[in-house]
Amino acid sequence: MDLTFNAEERAFQSEVRGFIAKNLTEEMKRATALTPSVFSDPDIGMAWQRALHKQGWGAPGWPVEYGGPAWTPAQRWIFETESARAGVPNVNVMGVKMVGPVIIGFGSPEQKNFYLPRILSGEDYWCQGYSEPGSGSDLSSLKTRAVRDGDDYIINGTKIWTTHAHHANRMFALVRTSDGPRQQDGISFILIDMKTPGIKTRPILTIGGDHEVNQVFFDDVRVPVANRVGEEGKGWTYGKYLLEFERGSGIASAKLREGLKAIADLAASDLTGRAIDSADIATRISEVEVDIDALEMTELRVLSALQTGQNPGAVSSILKLRNSEIRQAVTRLGVDVIGHDALAVEPMRPLYRLNHEPAIPEDMLTVVPEYLNGRAYTIFGGTSEIQRDIIAKMMLGI
Amino acid sequence: MDLNLSDEQRLLRESAERFVAESYDADHRRKMANDPLGYSPAVWKQFAELGWLALPVAEEFGGLGGGAVEIGILMEAFGRGLVSEPYVATVVLGAALIDRCGRPAQKQASLPKIADGSLKLAFAHSERAARFDLAKVATVANKTAQGWRLAGNKIAVLDGHAADEIIVSAHLHDHHGPSGRIGLFLVPATAPSLIISDYPRLGGGHACNIELSDVHLPEDALLGDGHDALPAIEWAVDRAMAALGAEAVGIMQTLLDTTLEYTKIRKQFGRPLSANQVIRHRLADMAMQVDEARSMALRAALKVDVAPVERARAASGAKAKIGKCARFVGEQSIQLHGGMGVTEELEVGAYFKRLVAFDTLFGGSAHHYARHAQLGRTA
Repeated sequence: MDLTFNAEERAFQSEVRGFIAKNLTEEMKRATALTPSVFSDPDIGMAWQRALHKQGWGAPGWPVEYGGPAWTPAQRWIFETESARAGVPNVNVMGVKMVGPVIIGFGSPEQKNFYLPRILSGEDYWCQGYSEPGSGSDLSSLKTRAVRDGDDYIINGTKIWTTHAHHANRMFALVRTSDGPRQQDGISFILIDMKTPGIKTRPILTIGGDHEVNQVFFDDVRVPVANRVGEEGKGWTYGKYLLEFERGSGIASAKLREGLKAIADLAASDLTGRAIDSADIATRISEVEVDIDALEMTELRVLSALQTGQNPGAVSSILKLRNSEIRQAVTRLGVDVIGHDALAVEPMRPLYRLNHEPAIPEDMLTVVPEYLNGRAYTIFGGTSEIQRDIIAKMMLGI
Repeated sequence: MDLNLSDEQRLLRESAERFVAESYDADHRRKMANDPLGYSPAVWKQFAELGWLALPVAEEFGGLGGGAVEIGILMEAFGRGLVSEPYVATVVLGAALIDRCGRPAQKQASLPKIADGSLKLAFAHSERAARFDLAKVATVANKTAQGWRLAGNKIAVLDGHAADEIIVSAHLHDHHGPSGRIGLFLVPATAPSLIISDYPRLGGGHACNIELSDVHLPEDALLGDGHDALPAIEWAVDRAMAALGAEAVGIMQTLLDTTLEYTKIRKQFGRPLSANQVIRHRLADMAMQVDEARSMALRAALKVDVAPVERARAASGAKAKIGKCARFVGEQSIQLHGGMGVTEELEVGAYFKRLVAFDTLFGGSAHHYARHAQLGRTA
């Protein structure tokens, strides 16, 4: 057993550091630090995606034949860790980490040839059409319907919590194509061009003051049958496959560590009257740091299992749960650290392009919005309650 | 970076698990709980034969040269069986202190005997007024013409009753008065003026309080050459905490397995307890905490030989986190067993008590989060 990197891994680490130092601009870094929502705005995120793509690193998890870099799990770890440390923007994960693997796993050759290069290059920006107003945790009860008409489906219904639907030119969606004996039957996985007539998007503001999610309405939207991925009625299987990617992409601790570091730096600064001198704050920082250590070790254990081809199994639910809970602990701590400055509301977005002097120091601007928006971490991608059900069923067999 | 077990480590785990499953059953544990010694000399002999007492001892002294990860593998299996032999006192603390502080002759005299099972040790360091502060030692060793004269009171000495020799810490006073250094002394358990008050320890095994009233020792009873032993003490206690953390993981895993089985069998309102979501979620939380504890114990083991501040933070972080998880898993195991969980008729209580002992030993979660934070500022 060895917790340290070998010579090759260290060489790769310097390669990644060199790449980031060369390509990450001060503007991207500042914009990322001042983004209190889950995802970076596309102009920032996609600039980074283009740089990664140029390097051949556009889709770390993909097989080589589709443009993946053929990294070992340890290399992926190093890449993610160095990226988090440097504060790089979020790329369009709905493309690279969600729909990409589904198209690779279940798409037709034509779909692979058309969509995959456009995800890599950043030409396409994807959003995810899963939840509906009546179908949250009970996702497979979804009602958006696709009715066959010649070579097309005609889609009617609505999707909600659609992240960046207002930026995306494409959506992957779960729609009902028939009514099976079980509600999971009769669901199909379909790719939709967001410019198709009949699609309307309504913004939803989250409690941190950010426009990140939307409700999307479909009114007789015509989508070619050729845009269905895999078999008709098998969409639930593909959708679940994707959710495992969403939950278990598995390398979250580095980001949490950077988030905590930002809060600890504030706590040690005169801006907060040195909040860290309070034993309560100092101990809570340690508590969260130790929780991150534990999560990091679990991630590394999973990674080691993957290196030898073992399946990590239901541990992806543990990773998702702990990541979301710790993230909330970090943001909660942040609010307590900035004290009275938590009272200030800055409604303008983006925060990195304010046209006025903010009421509180810039380093504090994201603290309260991140805490507020961050309540969503234990809700999206399967609530913590759903994750506990999965752990009970898959890990404990009850 | 690789956290998979090597073939040797896998074999060690298998043999330790097999030993516990075959030789360390509930009957044996009950017998030990009522035994005046609290452990079995026959089992100790088996440990020697299996090579477990030689595990961390260097090869030049008849040992196997194993590290903290191997010790952790063994300790996790010990936890599953609630093993009560004085392994931590002799092999983890005792051997480590002699190896780090002893002069060559002292190592040669002790380490081969630890490895072959003929020498058992204990470490007498804690004092009532010090609470968990390892630097606070009121026991004094006065230099005399013939050697040393020790006076002081030690508490919570793990398995002191079983030891042939006791490693006692004391402030060194020479002819000029206090030197400001802590020394470690090898004191024969039979030394005159050494009063051992033995008591059965919470969760199995024994501990004792030791009164030293003018214990006369020869010159060479001092381990090493009089350098301050505090860094070595901190190092050894960090190692012990990593080992005990692994033991706690084994205990927690057994409690989780047992409780899970119970909730499947126990029926109320016409269905198994495990059919209730509130129970399922509680068990999911327990499983998650066992997993976190396992990660932290491994992390502490992998960092026992890194630079002191990083090592100490890993050890304190693990101790604090595993202690917190242990209390939760232990308390919830009793809760989910209902009234039966509070009785001595099931073993849940015995496992729980060992976890409570773990949490308090060398300082509880609050102490170690505070130490972690303090060390973070100096890092």
